[in-house]
Amino acid sequence: MRVGVVTFPGTLDDRDAARAVRAGGSEAVELWHGDADLKNVDAVILPGGFSYGDYLRCGAISRFAPVMTLIIEQANKGMPLLGICNGFQVLCESHLLPGALTRNSDLHFLCKDQVISIENTNTPWTSSFSKGQEILIPLKNGEGSFQCDDATLASLEGEDRIIARYVGENPNGSRNLIAGITNVRGNVVGLMPHPEHAIDALTGPSAEGLGFFTSILNAMVK
Amino acid sequence: MAKIVVDVMLKPEILDPQGNAVASALPRLGFTFATSVRQGKRFEIEVAGEPTPTQLAEVEKAAEVLLSNPVIENYVVRVEK
Repeated sequence: MRVGVVTFPGTLDDRDAARAVRAGGSEAVELWHGDADLKNVDAVILPGGFSYGDYLRCGAISRFAPVMTLIIEQANKGMPLLGICNGFQVLCESHLLPGALTRNSDLHFLCKDQVISIENTNTPWTSSFSKGQEILIPLKNGEGSFQCDDATLASLEGEDRIIARYVGENPNGSRNLIAGITNVRGNVVGLMPHPEHAIDALTGPSAEGLGFFTSILNAMVK
Repeated sequence: MAKIVVDVMLKPEILDPQGNAVASALPRLGFTFATSVRQGKRFEIEVAGEPTPTQLAEVEKAAEVLLSNPVIENYVVRVEK
């Protein structure tokens, strides 16, 4: 399976995301923000970092990058798309996911290992996990507080679209401890913490993030 | 030359940790006037001549799709003399 990993100016985690894709058994395909070609990929990952320097708002400028036009078009047709951290912010700014990510409630940039529980295993990115499974992966962000209005929150809860929640104390003020959500169709997933940094015990706090990358292979093979 | 100003503010119901931090810093400096502080963004857009209704409509559109995020922010467009 070919999984595209997008590099915007200011992206940091594209190398780790590509490495995680390979560790999960798929081929990682580099996509450049200025590309008007998705190189026949089957799925796309928007990795973390500070695309376009986080100017204006996190993800606000990336949304209009040439490659994003194609990605939004394909995602609306059902292509699996995962946005991690800054990628999650890009998905919200692109209106592929509802809500917005705002400044952490205590204003501090966070960098810690965080336990999250996987709440929905029906997406192409979470099928390798079991419902309620707790995993330990890094969380590093300045603007990771998920906010939305009450009606949106009620529909996310009611439609089982919260795919992961923080376990324990709320690290950043996200509503209902939301760490990740999916769209109505279930193919687009946004996640604030970083599974790509937790794919082996040598370089991460665990290897439990790998499930996101084995899930996508399973989803494609099915 | 005219200046079109777009003020973007977080919606009242959205938590503004930056504004709160400013509000709690003020009394430490002896400024005790504030009961609340909200922090926003201001864009100054210059156009040649007096802005036309079409230009103002375009700025409104730009404010909605790019300068603000309507999920969390409100904006106001005005012309500054």
